[in-house]
Amino acid sequence: MTLTKHRLALLTIAMTVIYFALFMFLPESVVGNRAESLLLYISKVMFLGMGASVTTASTLILIYKKEFIKWQMESFRRFKYLLRLLVKRDFVSRYRKSMLGVLWSLLNPLLTMLVITMVFSYIFNRAIDNFPVYLLSGQLIFHFYTESTTRAMNSVIGHQAIIRKVYIPKYIFPLSSVLSSLVNVLFSLIAFVLVFIVTRAPFHWTILLVPIPMLYTFVFSLGVAMILSSLAVFFRDLTYLYGIFTTLLMYLTPLFYPAEILPRRVLTLIGLNPMYHFVDYFRSLALRGVVPGLWANMVCFAFSMAALCCGVYVFMANQDRYYLYF
Amino acid sequence: MENEQTMISVENVSMRFNLSKDKIMGLKEYVIKSLNRQIYFEEFWALKDVSFEVNRGEVFGVMGLNGAGKSTLLKIIARVYKPTLGAVSVRGELAPLLELGAGFDPEFSARDNIYMNGAMFGHPPKYMDEKYEEIIDFAELREFEDVAIKNYSSGMTARLGFAVATSVQPDVLIADEILGVGDYKFQAKCKERIFGMIGRGATVLLTSHNETQIKSMCSRAILLRKGEVACVGDAAEVCDVYKEA
Repeated sequence: MTLTKHRLALLTIAMTVIYFALFMFLPESVVGNRAESLLLYISKVMFLGMGASVTTASTLILIYKKEFIKWQMESFRRFKYLLRLLVKRDFVSRYRKSMLGVLWSLLNPLLTMLVITMVFSYIFNRAIDNFPVYLLSGQLIFHFYTESTTRAMNSVIGHQAIIRKVYIPKYIFPLSSVLSSLVNVLFSLIAFVLVFIVTRAPFHWTILLVPIPMLYTFVFSLGVAMILSSLAVFFRDLTYLYGIFTTLLMYLTPLFYPAEILPRRVLTLIGLNPMYHFVDYFRSLALRGVVPGLWANMVCFAFSMAALCCGVYVFMANQDRYYLYF
Repeated sequence: MENEQTMISVENVSMRFNLSKDKIMGLKEYVIKSLNRQIYFEEFWALKDVSFEVNRGEVFGVMGLNGAGKSTLLKIIARVYKPTLGAVSVRGELAPLLELGAGFDPEFSARDNIYMNGAMFGHPPKYMDEKYEEIIDFAELREFEDVAIKNYSSGMTARLGFAVATSVQPDVLIADEILGVGDYKFQAKCKERIFGMIGRGATVLLTSHNETQIKSMCSRAILLRKGEVACVGDAAEVCDVYKEA
């Protein structure tokens, strides 16, 4: 049997699905707080690492041949100004008609935090030390993901006038949406730091490593954004379905409740949710002052790389058909 | 391309569009209809096995009635469409003048849109700084440079589009019905600019309904009939065939 492009792609996707499904049967691996034998630990890490690297490598080989990479780099260099302008324009048009302008990015998380804190801090007041900071740290990461993917979803459709008339590498559009959300999240980060200082949260030097989980989330969001922006061209009702999905995902992510109150079985399920890992990584650095270990990094890496690879594949496989569906 | 002189080469290009009778726009509809096996596509070949070459410095005309596939062909050469079959290659810098003002954002001013459009063709902002004055002057929009495009008349938008797209000296220029922009004064200016480009060695591919224009400007031409090549050759001869049909 020869390995055609499509068989390889199917293989890649099947691999990804299988090794994420195996999380189900490795509950401890997700929680990671039970004493494990070293052997089990190493085997799990190797397993996940293999999965991640196979996914990455095969997808890269599949899509990129050597000349193709060179050509892509050249085209990226050519269009980086466009990317910069698109991000800038997105940012400007977002705030142009609002009085508070950029301040809104700062106020929005603060107001949400205020309301949720008023209600939930009484419920979880023993389990969580500093509720506002706990909540805000979760929201920061989670909103980055939902906002960037939701915006990116309409990026290809929204720029159809350009795509139909000028040649432009189309991945520029979801990429610019995710990048402009990244700019936005930096403002939320200011809000986070403010609350952090006001509530006199204990300072850990590890908070300086916060860009790492944000990078993981960025790569993951970009992958999902590429899949969604591509599929949304063919199925316009996906936008509404995705809205429902993100709401569900929000409740499945321990944003305003502590993960520890959940029974083990549910926690296993939540371990399948990539957002849980990214949020936990962020909190570990900012609140607990602990640098997450190899395992946590592997999980985050695997999730984000798998999303990116699938995203690149889905996008590249479909991009030449977009204009037939506008 | 082996031949150094070949600027555009189109090899056996065919383009298929799927015309679905009722357009499926949602996942829900798709699932239901595919369960009922109700998805039909009607194939439509906009271009069938088109091949030709354009040499350096040539002005090449593309003729044909409406729906013959002229615009599809030009969009394929400009890499907007990917051909279903066959291959296209273009040597050097390409300036497409397909639909003027394509990609202008109506919410933004002429100034912003000039930089944006420049970036779409890969020009850095610094480079656009140099060209900016010239573009605005050529489009005669000095008074309106900071007005949002949505408040422009269609003629103003087209003028701006032409000015931006032709601000660079390209190796290959692709023009679709381009010489119908604005009033006669501006048309003269456009012509002058295109002739200037030809004079400086640009290769031009243009479509037109106007035979006299093709005869006067082009050295060679192609005639398309329902997506197929009816004839290729000397512009005057092709015009004669066009008139007979």
